[in-house]
Amino acid sequence: MADVVATHETIVVVGGGISGMTAAVEAAETGKNVILLERAPSLGGRVSQLYKYFPKLCHPTCGMEINLRRLRGNKRIKVLTQAEVRKIEGRAGDYKLSVTLHPRYVNENCTACGACGEAVSAEIPNPFDYGMSHMKAAYLPSLMAYPQRYVIDPSILGTADAEKAKAACKYSAVDLDMKPETITLSAGAVVWATGWRPYDAAKIQPYGYDRFANVITSVEFERLSDPRGPTAGRIVRPSDGKEARNVAFIQCAGSRDRNHLKHCSRICCMASLKQTTYMRERFGDEAQSTVYYIDIRAIDRFEDFYQKVQADPTVRFLKSKVANITEDEATGDVILHGVDTEGYHRYDNRHDLCVLAVGMEPSVDVRSIADVRVDASGFIELGPTDGGIFGAGCAANALDVNRSVQSATASVLRAVQVVNRVAKAEG
Amino acid sequence: MGDINTAMAEQYRNNFLKEVEANVEEGQWVKMCMQCGVCSGSCPLGPAWEHPPQEIFMMIRAGRRDEVLKSESMWMCTSCYNCIVRCPRELPITHIMHGLANYAHRLGLAPKMNPTRRFAKKFWNNLAKSGRVNEIELSAGLYFMDGFKTGIARAWAMKDIGIGMLKAKRLNPFGFVTHKGCKDKKGIHRMLKKAREIEDRRKGFAA
Repeated sequence: MADVVATHETIVVVGGGISGMTAAVEAAETGKNVILLERAPSLGGRVSQLYKYFPKLCHPTCGMEINLRRLRGNKRIKVLTQAEVRKIEGRAGDYKLSVTLHPRYVNENCTACGACGEAVSAEIPNPFDYGMSHMKAAYLPSLMAYPQRYVIDPSILGTADAEKAKAACKYSAVDLDMKPETITLSAGAVVWATGWRPYDAAKIQPYGYDRFANVITSVEFERLSDPRGPTAGRIVRPSDGKEARNVAFIQCAGSRDRNHLKHCSRICCMASLKQTTYMRERFGDEAQSTVYYIDIRAIDRFEDFYQKVQADPTVRFLKSKVANITEDEATGDVILHGVDTEGYHRYDNRHDLCVLAVGMEPSVDVRSIADVRVDASGFIELGPTDGGIFGAGCAANALDVNRSVQSATASVLRAVQVVNRVAKAEG
Repeated sequence: MGDINTAMAEQYRNNFLKEVEANVEEGQWVKMCMQCGVCSGSCPLGPAWEHPPQEIFMMIRAGRRDEVLKSESMWMCTSCYNCIVRCPRELPITHIMHGLANYAHRLGLAPKMNPTRRFAKKFWNNLAKSGRVNEIELSAGLYFMDGFKTGIARAWAMKDIGIGMLKAKRLNPFGFVTHKGCKDKKGIHRMLKKAREIEDRRKGFAA
């Protein structure tokens, strides 16, 4: 990667999701040189794994497409995928980033023709579908992947499969001798946009995510609903493939809970409201959605969306945090137990499927990498005024797409000021 | 003011939450409840409670003093701690329930015939007497608390367990006379008296 030129005036953006892409594009469009680092083999992040996003219910392909177009057309942006930042040292205007580049085993010659994928027989769980489907060990990360290049999974190295992939490639793009390398990048300012990960639902012991097949997470439900997902958009139960018409959504699964995440993850109420519209879209009047909530936090203009969902007779709201879930072994149905707050009625409600609206936690513990200030939940706070590392998007707070993009823009404004100061000092 | 006047005035107190915060053990937590309902749903005896913990907290905040303090509900708590473990705000619910029960008892409002209250009294008196529980005396007292005839019937129903315990040397049938208690009984009595005085002073109970 000798062609990466980074100076004190470079802005390095860490994380290639919606926040990082926005930050990179906006910094570059102000005339700064940007290096965008992404740990996965493709840009896009968690947004690309959604079926739709609220409140307008657009498909992520739309918003992503615009950002990708701006990014591809801008010569000031250098994208490095499979790049993991190990350490950031230095100070504002003079940072050194130690970055490990993991091998893709496929070089720039790749045309994404797919011949290697056809040649390989080994299959691995597909992380894009949260492991709900399998894919060939030579794969394109997603339909929208950028860069549009295949990846060979290291698990097949040294097997006949790897050789088959190499033989199948007509463009000599497969290079099995690639090695991981560590490079050092200079930067004037860093925008840290590593995003979030869903809270580990298995830790919420009474809900039995790790024991019951038909208890799934909200991010998995997104994949189930997506026509390009593991079930081609059919909302079915993992246990028996039966259509799940009667679905329970449990809010605050891990959030607002001192035993799990202390903070409110902000997106989950809207995400579940949105997912009830998937139910209606798929099953019409036959859909039965029940939302179990403490209070619905559809902030400011999202109130409209909430009211629309409330008006849908197929959606029921039950004010109660579910105490525990059991499984009817004969049918695979899940039974939710609790007491509601509006009348204190005890219930034991049977559903086909239960979706846990899991909370957001920062995907990376940034303190082990860089000297930044974080809050009690690990989100990056605005540091001292002389710092040059800025959190953006869900690395900085639990945010929806709209607010992540705003946060990214704000961080770029700060980063640009740091770089401008350096430029002035250097004359 | 006479007793009747006091009793009448008590009915109209509207600052019950403050009273609970001041006088009930862990009562300062009551305002932290966010009414999610996990405690009530998690209680193994839940269906037996007239007012589950979540409702009790709301009733305290609504100032329903009599209904709360005369309730049998908090006496149902068996200290399984499920609610404390699951409460998203880490409220010590079990302790609050015991605190409420104890406060109601000290005020003389607790239901007189509540079996938990009767057992608790028996247990406490037994323990406080010698500093150590006299098991056989406590068991016998419990069996016969509703009269001789029911006592015999209860003991008969439990005879197999009793014989098993005797065989396993878990029950000393001569405990009535051989029970020793702790060394410094007077010291224990002094200590308990002092503690009671401090509590009464702090919580404003008549001595």
